[in-house]
Amino acid sequence: MTIRAGVVVFPGTNCEHDTVQALRSLGAEAELVWHRDHDLSGLDGVVLPGGFAHGDYLRTGAIARFSPVMDAVRAFAGAGQPVIGICNGFQILLEAGLLPGAMLHNAGKYVCSYVHVRVEQSDTPFTGLCAKGQVLKIPIAHGEGNYYADPETVEALEAGRQVIFRYVTPQGEVSAEGNPNGSLNNIAGICNQARNVVGLMPHPERACESALGSADGKVVLESVVSALIARA
Amino acid sequence: MRVTVHVTRRPEIADPQGTTSSRALHDLGYGEVRSVRIDRTIHMEVDGDDSAAIRARVEEMCARLLANPVLEDYEVVVEP
Repeated sequence: MTIRAGVVVFPGTNCEHDTVQALRSLGAEAELVWHRDHDLSGLDGVVLPGGFAHGDYLRTGAIARFSPVMDAVRAFAGAGQPVIGICNGFQILLEAGLLPGAMLHNAGKYVCSYVHVRVEQSDTPFTGLCAKGQVLKIPIAHGEGNYYADPETVEALEAGRQVIFRYVTPQGEVSAEGNPNGSLNNIAGICNQARNVVGLMPHPERACESALGSADGKVVLESVVSALIARA
Repeated sequence: MRVTVHVTRRPEIADPQGTTSSRALHDLGYGEVRSVRIDRTIHMEVDGDDSAAIRARVEEMCARLLANPVLEDYEVVVEP
């Protein structure tokens, strides 16, 4: 059976084609979903891709969270189906309250470079094929990836094993040196309590071909395709 | 009516834009600047003449869109 993934496009989204390409290269069917559509029926998974929805105006993701499609995404997530927010997609999930916390401007500057992230938990649809502690070399390209949540929320995230990816040095150490943007606790990606919604700032869809610098991101998308096939 | 909304980052939360601007001011020779915080002012013109009703609606707008409750507080000033 073939998995069908929907990749949502907001005005200003710019990573949808790379995401569709990456999913198709893994044997999934992938289609674009315009932000004014509200029909996600027939889809097995949803991606909110990277970019600059609504120009990041007001606050990044603040306007996109009210797009008509987001009611359907909320219901889709509520039904336990896999949703992943990549970069701007993660920011939109945060503004929509589908994931807790918020993003601040990077502590330094806009960063566009490869970073290393460590997989902290392998029991989400997007990390099922990863080993706990596995280090992935994936690029980031963002100015607002400095994750923040109040102390109670951070404590709950850590206690609930909801931190899924953490920025590390190439050797896998969690340190200031390995943190590109000042994110609290080096948090690069988190999941919701039900563990079916994941948001991460790095771009796995940009690390699917070694000829382009790294294929470490493939396993993130491969994990969800494989999890959905197994579920079917 | 004219409405002014002041959206302010809660002081305990880092403000990288402010810190960077402060550093830039130091580089320009203004070493006396101890700290900078950058917030947002939103100016609105809203139909209607019942200030209490307008205030209530704008506060709703703040809670839903104009401010992020995780990071920000807001103050609504309705011009008489």
